[in-house]
Amino acid sequence: MNETLKAENPVLPYLRQDRLPHIWCPGCGIGSTVNCFARALTESKLDLDKVAIVSGIGCTGRVAGYMNLDSFHTTHGRAIPFATGLKLGNPNLKVVVYSGDGDLFAIGGNHFVHAARRNMDLTVICVNNSTYGMTGGQVAPTTPLGATQTTMPYGNFEPPFNLPFLAEACGAVFVARWTVFHVRQLIRTMKEGLAKRGFVFIEVLAPCPTLYSRRNKLGDGVDQVKYYKERSAVKDGADTREVGLSFQGDIAVGKFVDRDRPTWLDAMNRHYSSVLHDYHEVGHAED
Amino acid sequence: MKADPKGVLTGVHFMDGDHAACEGALAAGCRFVAGYPITPSTEVVERFAQRIPLIGGVFIQMEDEVASSIAIQGAVWAGKKAMTVTSGPGLSLMMEHVGLAALTEAPLVIVDVQRGGPSTGLPTLPGQADMMQVKWGSHGDYEIIALSPNSPQECFDLMIRAFNLSETYRVPVFFMMDEVVGHMTERVAIPEPSEIEIVERRWSSKKPGEYKAYATGADMVPDMVKAGDGHRIHITGLTHDERGYPALTPAAQKKLVERLVNKIRLRRHELVDVRKDGVDGAEVVVASFGITSRVAQAAVEEARRKGGKVAHLRLVIAWPFPDKLFQELSRRVKAFIVPELNMGQMALEVERAVAGRCAVVPIPHAGGTVHEPAAILEKIMESSR
Repeated sequence: MNETLKAENPVLPYLRQDRLPHIWCPGCGIGSTVNCFARALTESKLDLDKVAIVSGIGCTGRVAGYMNLDSFHTTHGRAIPFATGLKLGNPNLKVVVYSGDGDLFAIGGNHFVHAARRNMDLTVICVNNSTYGMTGGQVAPTTPLGATQTTMPYGNFEPPFNLPFLAEACGAVFVARWTVFHVRQLIRTMKEGLAKRGFVFIEVLAPCPTLYSRRNKLGDGVDQVKYYKERSAVKDGADTREVGLSFQGDIAVGKFVDRDRPTWLDAMNRHYSSVLHDYHEVGHAED
Repeated sequence: MKADPKGVLTGVHFMDGDHAACEGALAAGCRFVAGYPITPSTEVVERFAQRIPLIGGVFIQMEDEVASSIAIQGAVWAGKKAMTVTSGPGLSLMMEHVGLAALTEAPLVIVDVQRGGPSTGLPTLPGQADMMQVKWGSHGDYEIIALSPNSPQECFDLMIRAFNLSETYRVPVFFMMDEVVGHMTERVAIPEPSEIEIVERRWSSKKPGEYKAYATGADMVPDMVKAGDGHRIHITGLTHDERGYPALTPAAQKKLVERLVNKIRLRRHELVDVRKDGVDGAEVVVASFGITSRVAQAAVEEARRKGGKVAHLRLVIAWPFPDKLFQELSRRVKAFIVPELNMGQMALEVERAVAGRCAVVPIPHAGGTVHEPAAILEKIMESSR
């Protein structure tokens, strides 16, 4: 037997093995993103006792529950404000928000907008499968025009969000997109995002074969990954206005934005230190 | 333990209820507030925003009350004592996270400076019509605690109690002020830190690997840890087992939900605080809470001058409702009179406890101002006959 097959999977220590098998469907892309995230954590050299993961509700919302980290599975759309309180309550934590497109951008859209505006020090990973998987394939704010969903039975006529453009416009300091085909690039970007201070946004396109691909006659998970391979083009530094997605159309991937501005906590500490004589700084020295 | 001196503004002050509530929270050890402006509660967070940079902690004005009510839960799991502050319309938005806090057993305080409703209602005028909402407002079965101060001094004193109760029972504690109590200015005496008893979080002494987030003993309340301490906790809004892992079965649901309600219901005798005046020999009992208790007291005293044998019960802890006291009294009085600034909410609880053994006379009021003492006096005299 091949020796490498006997070795323990390097990702396993990052997972709550007593919770496996996971709930995701065959061909779902979420597991691939989790694999990449675990590898990014390994390479990041972060103290994993100081990394917390927060999810909302939905298929991707279940990620927090499988990671062997301090993990919080919150309410629908509210992972970001929970993570905001967690980060401000203990600034020593590296706080990762891991959730889906419907959770983060429909019900949670307002929270995303404001956390990005504030440059809250959070790493936000959005698995975008273009649909509401957990509830059976309803239209999402990311569903491409023309795609059929149970609540758009004659094809979607609502324009979707261009998530990188939204993130940049709201103030994110790091904006990137990959697909689950680009596993090595995704690991590298997640690692880079984890090291970055401020509001980091990483979009990962992932297939939902059960409820998106099948309903749109796009084959299974592998077929969708083939589509990602064929139609993706790396466009680092691209103008985010130009990276919107269309039904089975071209996909711009890469790192679009990498800039620096003060985080909310840094800005507060800096400002209060300058205007208040007896200011008690909140931050790394405290906990 | 005793209060951290940094948060205690010892001395005698002339301040309104909103400001006194903020000082109570600071004295109680609250070091994180997330809020959203709403009349007539805003002064609480304004004062916190001004005070906290000099004490050590964080205030953040969130984008809405939905965010505020969950940001404080993040801070709680980071180890902080935390609070949010609102009024009716904001309270409605927070109901989602009342349920989350109840299910995940996050100790926290929610201040509701009540105004007239429903909807936008009377933003600048008083009401007491959120009493049932805080008891039942989020979906599913759970229990909460609610306190009802009637003066700025009590806004300070009871706020410390509110935080202490939230830590003891690990439930959301509602601080049920109203516009008048919030905006009236009176003498507020703040004691020395050494005279203020603080209940510390129920920190677990278990080591990582041994700790189970929802394992409990006889008191039905689990010990806590915080994120970042190596326990690798999992906290979910799903029904969960002792480890905190999702457990979506009728058996797990029964075990968890029964404990969530029983940790209050079976210990409700510990949570009775009713201020009693003239109960011995009374024929009629006025039961009130919050600002209405001050109007009712005037009516009770006038009735006594007219020869009425009347007692006054004031609910300081409104939830859980003190059934037993009302049951006992109902066997020897003619009537309970229940004035409140709503169309009859706590009167329903009195009726339930009394169960027909004596009369229950609600004095509803749609809100916007307080009762006329004469209206309460009239009912006392009628019921005395």
